[in-house]
Amino acid sequence: MSATAMTKSGGLWDHREVEDFLIAEAALLDAWELDAWFELFAEGATYEVPQAAAAEDASPETSLFYIADDYFRLGQRIRRLKNPEAHSEFPRSVCARLVSNVRIVKTEGNLAHVAAVFVTYRSKNEITDVFPGHHRYILEARDDGLRIVSKRSTLALNNLRPQGRVSIIL
Amino acid sequence: MADADPKISGAAKTDAIVVEDEAAALFRVNRRAFTDPDILAREREHIFSTCWLYVGHASELKKPNDFLTRDVGGRSLIFNRDRKGIFRAFFNVCPHRGAAVVRDKAGSAISFRCFYHGWAFNNNGKFGSRFEADTYPPDFNSDGCANLPAVPRLESYGDFWFVNYSASGESLDEYLGGAKEILDLIADHSEVGMEIVGGTQEYSIRANWKLLVENSFDGYHASETHSTYVDYLADATGYGAQMLMTNRPSLSRGVKLGKGHAMIEYIAAWGRPVAQWIPTWGDKGKAVVDAKRKRLEELHGPERARRIARANRNIVIFPNLVINDIMSLTVRTFYPEEPGRMNVQGWALAPVDEEPDFRRTRLENFLEFLGPGGFATPDDVEALESAQRSYRIIDAPFNDISRGMRRGEKYHDDEEQMRVFWREWRRRVEGVA
Repeated sequence: MSATAMTKSGGLWDHREVEDFLIAEAALLDAWELDAWFELFAEGATYEVPQAAAAEDASPETSLFYIADDYFRLGQRIRRLKNPEAHSEFPRSVCARLVSNVRIVKTEGNLAHVAAVFVTYRSKNEITDVFPGHHRYILEARDDGLRIVSKRSTLALNNLRPQGRVSIIL
Repeated sequence: MADADPKISGAAKTDAIVVEDEAAALFRVNRRAFTDPDILAREREHIFSTCWLYVGHASELKKPNDFLTRDVGGRSLIFNRDRKGIFRAFFNVCPHRGAAVVRDKAGSAISFRCFYHGWAFNNNGKFGSRFEADTYPPDFNSDGCANLPAVPRLESYGDFWFVNYSASGESLDEYLGGAKEILDLIADHSEVGMEIVGGTQEYSIRANWKLLVENSFDGYHASETHSTYVDYLADATGYGAQMLMTNRPSLSRGVKLGKGHAMIEYIAAWGRPVAQWIPTWGDKGKAVVDAKRKRLEELHGPERARRIARANRNIVIFPNLVINDIMSLTVRTFYPEEPGRMNVQGWALAPVDEEPDFRRTRLENFLEFLGPGGFATPDDVEALESAQRSYRIIDAPFNDISRGMRRGEKYHDDEEQMRVFWREWRRRVEGVA
């Protein structure tokens, strides 16, 4: 695997650009800039959180996921999280998302498969929960920048104890 | 206990946890029930060591030699089928020095071997190790002390398997009482059988386990706690918010099932894979749902078919088997780790012969509402944890569970089903008949 790879127009996938994009994405979520975050997604994109420690090939067609959002439901998730009636996140939790170990695993023209490791800290009600895991992205290079085609965040946990819920976006 | 009602005698004068005054139509529960370690100790003795507790569904052990491990009532168990296919339940502890004998979540094995010293057991529990002649006395294990310790009682109703840690007491059949009829309704979702699909959801809640009992069949909280889910449903079903915020549904009742079991039953606007169509499923989905409904009518007659297809049921089989026959079919149990913390296990149940599209819809319905990443359950968790934190305010000692007590026929958003639970809890934990 090399740190750079070919993109759509004969240019190179730049590892630094990909990593900066993921860090900027995490910063939007930390700041609860949810509309701006949703704009990073290409139309028709998906966002998934399988059950803790799920196999890499787990499918929401046959396995219970925590989250298996198509583009419509992801939009609804954002709408909900902005509503003060989403009690689990109001008052809003305080989060810090670390993104590291970024790898461009494979490229196909203007698409790149990207892997990263994350640790997200979430504090609410004077309790801090930790969500460790890894992201798998498919990113699309467009003229005006990168877009997320799919994002799957798999938790490196045996189960959701003690966290109990995934009401934030990882 | 009527004379112990706080309004009459003053809350401070009574040690009773459950305080019912029929004449005044008041029902109160002292919040010590959720915080006191002594109460939890009594529950461990009088509930989790004597009641029938759900261990698993037959579909989780499809073939002989299949096994799974699971915590039930504070004990780690091996639930398995032996070489002959017989269902078994053992305590997952080596009789030798106590290490866990099976450390996988599930699998298939003709024998189990402890990793510590290598003691081995046939999957019917019989000790299977061989030693040099003078290692142990010749009659070693004649009393079974070297076998895997078996759970005293293991019985099933349909495909639902239960354990009991007490060797004596009523049979599962007697214990289930009127809940059997509801388990039958669930079995009738399919002609060929039901199965657990998609794995086990395991999470925890920083709240007392009984708060989840109440929440699991609380028809009163939905429109308040889950308004964002209702908003979502309005868009996702294609009905719109107007349609969803209707008056009292045509079916709305709280039902006693005997022996401390109860349920709520009601009509709601969400889609049910068995078998209530919503506009977003389209014409193709409508054809499938109509065919299912027609078949149910052929098999069970129009009345029972309607009940299976359209009525939603949230059931609690005492003390803590929850079956929610709603937009998806959920099986859930949960056990206290300490007064303010429980571990939850949840499963999705589905017809074995379900069409792939509907299987997907079922799983989506489950995770949209019920999962720890759904649009509803996290808000329940928030409410339960908020209540638990507030119970440290000992100056405000009582929960009120009186809603609808004066009504003859109880609605699904009354609290009679919770009172049924608490009366049985009082009988077992406080010794009050």
